[in-house]
Amino acid sequence: MLAQQIINGLTVGSVYALIALGYTMVYGILQLINFAHGEIYMLGAYLAIIFVVSIKLSLPIAGLLPLVFLFAMFFTGCYGFTIEKFAYKPLRNAPRLSALITAVGVSIFLQNYVMLTQGAKDKVFSHLISEQINVYFSNFFSKFIPSDGSRLYICGAQIYSLQLVIIITSVILMLLLNFFVTRTKIGKAMRATAQDLKMAHLVGIKVDTVISVTFIIGSILGAAAGVMVAMYYGRVWYYIGYLAGVKAFTAAVLGGIGNIYGAMFGGLILGLTESLAAGLIPGASEWKDVFAFIILILILIFRPQGIFGERIGEKF
Amino acid sequence: MLKSLFWTFWLWIIALPFAGPIKSIYIASVVFILSFLRFIKFPAKISSFKDNWDDFLSKANEKIPYGYLIVRILFILSLIIIPMFLDRRTNNILVDCGIYALLALGLNIAVGFAGLLVLGYIAFYAIGAYTYALLSVHFHIPFSICVPISAGMAIIFGILLGLPVLRLRGDYLAIVTLGFGEITRIVLNNWDSVTNGPNGILGIARPSIGSFVFHSPKNYYYLILAFLFVAVFVFNRLNNSRLGRAWVAIKEDERAAKAMGINCMSLKLLAFAISAAFAGVAGAFFGAKATHVSPESFTFFESALVLCMVVLGGMGSIPGAILGASCLIIIPEIFRDYFGNSRMLLFGIVMIAMMRFKPEGLLPYKRRNL
Repeated sequence: MLAQQIINGLTVGSVYALIALGYTMVYGILQLINFAHGEIYMLGAYLAIIFVVSIKLSLPIAGLLPLVFLFAMFFTGCYGFTIEKFAYKPLRNAPRLSALITAVGVSIFLQNYVMLTQGAKDKVFSHLISEQINVYFSNFFSKFIPSDGSRLYICGAQIYSLQLVIIITSVILMLLLNFFVTRTKIGKAMRATAQDLKMAHLVGIKVDTVISVTFIIGSILGAAAGVMVAMYYGRVWYYIGYLAGVKAFTAAVLGGIGNIYGAMFGGLILGLTESLAAGLIPGASEWKDVFAFIILILILIFRPQGIFGERIGEKF
Repeated sequence: MLKSLFWTFWLWIIALPFAGPIKSIYIASVVFILSFLRFIKFPAKISSFKDNWDDFLSKANEKIPYGYLIVRILFILSLIIIPMFLDRRTNNILVDCGIYALLALGLNIAVGFAGLLVLGYIAFYAIGAYTYALLSVHFHIPFSICVPISAGMAIIFGILLGLPVLRLRGDYLAIVTLGFGEITRIVLNNWDSVTNGPNGILGIARPSIGSFVFHSPKNYYYLILAFLFVAVFVFNRLNNSRLGRAWVAIKEDERAAKAMGINCMSLKLLAFAISAAFAGVAGAFFGAKATHVSPESFTFFESALVLCMVVLGGMGSIPGAILGASCLIIIPEIFRDYFGNSRMLLFGIVMIAMMRFKPEGLLPYKRRNL
């Protein structure tokens, strides 16, 4: 039971962590709460289903999945880029309140854009495909972990193979991001811009490019989370971005907003807390969503800099 | 030109997976046409309507004795007389306008005066509505007594929330209030024994004063009009008081305000509480008018809608808040058949466009010069 809840928590947590990275990177550079980031995750989930359902490629799963990821990541990257260019860039010197209101506007716009074009009902993967994906990964993992064909067994917990895929993919993506931020030139520019935008500008860093890249990378990570969630649940709805976005933001604040490792860690902690509380406290599953908000309020009141945050720079 | 073409093509590409090739052509072509707007030279002042109106008022005041007063009285009389000749449906819409105008005025105190972005404002509305609903259903307490109680409950929750979180910086505050709004909705949804869960509370008593029971849209209209008059009066008094000045100072620069000896914390709390009280009153009225409350009336969308009204009308401005509420309620009603589901999409666009092109709103609040 405990192991089961821990695995569930890690699965949800790594999704939160991936989304939280987008929040935290943008916040680190622009001090903007990109409220629309949850919708980017929702777009990613939709794109996965659109790709599989409407572009009927008769490929084996091993060939199809990378294409799905690439498709979703490419388009969400474009969306992130476009949103930044059209909505946030003109407001870079405006009061922060206007930027936040714009972000809420973008979020409402994207939700309804998807609702109008894709319909207000749930959009579903065909049963066949989600079954195929499950079987494919089960076969893959059964070489290492005991399985009965559709589920895996670790420490007495029944696990869907996709949960394991979500956790592993998230870890890989985070390692890639870490490499990108610490080892590449543009990553260095990103860190510099996050430290001090004006100074970075003065020493010749192309701040606009860095900000665009930040938005694109954040969107790509969000899209990856969206694709995996779409595969895991087999259905998406245009409203999923809102709650996931708020929770991911909680995760980012929990870890210390602006701090990339904080976001990863915060996501995992939030996911674990949520699923442990919902699984172990009887009757608490209905109240699951409240936990995230209460944690958010408590952190903001008692430790607004988060777990890892050192800098509580009051940038007005 | 080339730039427009490029962006149009770009939007067509990214709209492709969602809208399909044909619909994305529509979307992209709309954007293409709109992109030519930037070649049109707009007159330097778009907000000339308000200036004209002010001009008209001041001229009227010069030409006719008490002209200013007469124009105002005529306006108020028209508000009172015109609805007598309107049908049920129109009056119903006007009542909705009134409720939202009350909410927008209340939110304006927090957002427009004190600069506190509240994203979960609808929670106070919900608290007001449920307070009245529970008191009326279980204890049969009349409307006129419940309204102050609802306002009081909203104030209490406002202070309970405000005390710890008002220390936070603007955008953190926004997220915390959003969280509070969601918590309120989830609690209303899940606390079956008290709130009857998603079904909500039925059979709430209609508004009444003494033995007179308000029962038709026309009656509601006059009641909400009376509320609005009181609200506008209170708002105006606050605006012109020391308090209003202090709020504006806090909004402009909190550190400077503090340095001038303003007690920022308690004044922000006061703004929060008064703002909540407006929502509580509006909520009680809503519950009494609808005779039924359920959690689904109090979603984040409503909060965003009220915020949109404030932003559209102009932060801190009374006519702005009322105009914003009227626009966002009446226009979708008129175009219900055309817009249908897409009105939320338009709200989103309006919010983005307003912040981009006219952040001060349609009827901006003019700061008095000393």
